[in-house]
Amino acid sequence: MNAASETTRPIPEVLISVRGLIVEFGAHRVMNGLDLDIYRGEVLGFVGGSGQGKSVLMRTILGLVQKREGAIRLFGHDRDGLPPLELRRLEQRWGVLFQNGALFSSLTVKQNIQMPMRESRDLSQRFMDDLAMLKLKLVGLPPDSAEKLPSELSGGMIKRAALARALALDPELVFLDEPTSGLDPIGAADFDELIATLQKTLGLTVFMVTHDLDSLYSVCDRVAALAEGKVIGEGSLEDLLASDQPWLRAYFHGTRGSRLIGARKGKTDGQAPPQ
Amino acid sequence: MTSDIMANSPTAAESVSGGVTRFSLRGGWTLAASRGLERQAQSLVEKGRKAESVVVDLSGIDRLDTAGALLVNRAREALERAGATVAIEGVRAEHRILLDETTFSLVSTPAKRTLLIVDLLVDVGLSLVDGLHEFYRGTGFLGEFVAALGRTVLSPRLFRGTSLIYQMEVFGLRSIPIILLINIAVGAIVAQQGIFQLMRFGATSYSVDLIGILVLRELGVLLTSIMIAGRCGSAITAELGSMKMREEVDALRVMGLSPIEVLVVPRVLALVFSLPLLTFIADMAALFGGLLVSWSYAGISPPAFLSLLQEAIGVNTFMVGIIKAPFMALVIGLISTQDGLATMGSAESLGRQVTAAVVKGIFMVIIVDGCFAMFFATISY
Repeated sequence: MNAASETTRPIPEVLISVRGLIVEFGAHRVMNGLDLDIYRGEVLGFVGGSGQGKSVLMRTILGLVQKREGAIRLFGHDRDGLPPLELRRLEQRWGVLFQNGALFSSLTVKQNIQMPMRESRDLSQRFMDDLAMLKLKLVGLPPDSAEKLPSELSGGMIKRAALARALALDPELVFLDEPTSGLDPIGAADFDELIATLQKTLGLTVFMVTHDLDSLYSVCDRVAALAEGKVIGEGSLEDLLASDQPWLRAYFHGTRGSRLIGARKGKTDGQAPPQ
Repeated sequence: MTSDIMANSPTAAESVSGGVTRFSLRGGWTLAASRGLERQAQSLVEKGRKAESVVVDLSGIDRLDTAGALLVNRAREALERAGATVAIEGVRAEHRILLDETTFSLVSTPAKRTLLIVDLLVDVGLSLVDGLHEFYRGTGFLGEFVAALGRTVLSPRLFRGTSLIYQMEVFGLRSIPIILLINIAVGAIVAQQGIFQLMRFGATSYSVDLIGILVLRELGVLLTSIMIAGRCGSAITAELGSMKMREEVDALRVMGLSPIEVLVVPRVLALVFSLPLLTFIADMAALFGGLLVSWSYAGISPPAFLSLLQEAIGVNTFMVGIIKAPFMALVIGLISTQDGLATMGSAESLGRQVTAAVVKGIFMVIIVDGCFAMFFATISY
């Protein structure tokens, strides 16, 4: 085990690999032969236009949407070939932050965080309380939020509490569905920073569906772009910025994109923003 | 998969040399080990308690997560409290971060210990105050409704005819089948029971009096109201509640429209108009059910049933039932709309409001019916 993990360290280990994925809703083909790899330890930003199926891909990997064709390998195991029990065990190795938090509204924040622990681990209540408080501290929520109900929290706090729940079982991989949507710029920047910090301290792998160009800049190691049911570009943000692909150009060099890029460039190397 | 989790169960080997107890931790100190992880951490504390100096060696550890790191930290704190000096050795860089992150003092929330009787009294007091508040709010809501209704009467431009007709279709027309069904059944049951009980006195024909008076004065309107409270009251509360949750009610308000005028008035009016009509249908259905049973059980032919009925009841018997219907509708409508608009943000709150609206609606319908019974008795109507 030890030796194995050391030999694989230089070559990044593929946690999730998707090959030739086809997803259809009725006659509408959402994914058309999509390929994607998620490597251990990276923060992968996944961008694409509204309605292009970014969330669908995430939900397909998670098993919430049925695929038509293609192969999904989770931690090196083929999803289709896994017996249900093994699949459940694998599912405990990832955490998911849904777009609107999806906190259980009838449970307090603490109970929400303890829910996965209670269901799949045998732990004493004292230890679970201790762990829940730790998770709250990790995501930067004050201790008194533990006893609050989701309806008593602000949007930013809901995202943080949902992230704490996603981290409840110390997953290796975290899926974030538009983590910064609906947050103000300060809250969004804080959340980006939080993701970056957690990624470093907990050694997480992060798959982040996002619209937020700022997030791409500040936390993502690698970016993949989705259009017409395929990954049309992946690599570092610089690679994508340099790409000639029309959609990528429109996305990154549109009014908002270029303004942001210009601002960043202007800040970092003193160039004038491109017109 | 299973095997490598099992092979990685956390262990702590103890070795004592010259007053120093050294624990070499091995395996995966992660949450995957569940209770095993807790037990190992507990054993560290128990074994190390007597030692002067404890060394925890993490170099042999395969994996560490926040749960493992938290337990190592907690064990260290416990041993230090017991008077030992604790050193943690062989920490890898990535584990160091985890250990640092998981150092935090637990804010102990003082457990509240109160007497059961005190809790009970507090609960009783709170629910009494809540009940009074509810009554107060209900009265306020009735006032708002009447004011909105008044405005609508003064300027008919505000009147929402389409909405009213639509709601009457939903609440009235579409309720007819179920109202017919239960009232035929109830009329039949009352007739059957009446016939069987009165047969012993040879007074079978009086069962027609029983059916006529009971159905027209009480059962028709009461059953219809209860049915409507369940069927339409819940629908109104759920609809307004989800509109409130999705800020549609606020959207109305910022457009300068009053939610009471736009949402409440048409619904309550639709109920007020529909319920007497439904009550009439219910009365007829129940009498028909009674007629069928009297005919088949007691051999009272339909013409005989009708002439006996004519002697037993007057217009006032029928009117007693019908007069009550609009008031029942008002009670149901006000309770369900008010509860709908009182919904807070969560799905749980919506569910609670719908239940409360139906329960309160049915309860109040019965109370109102009781009040009317006393009233009509007093005026000998």
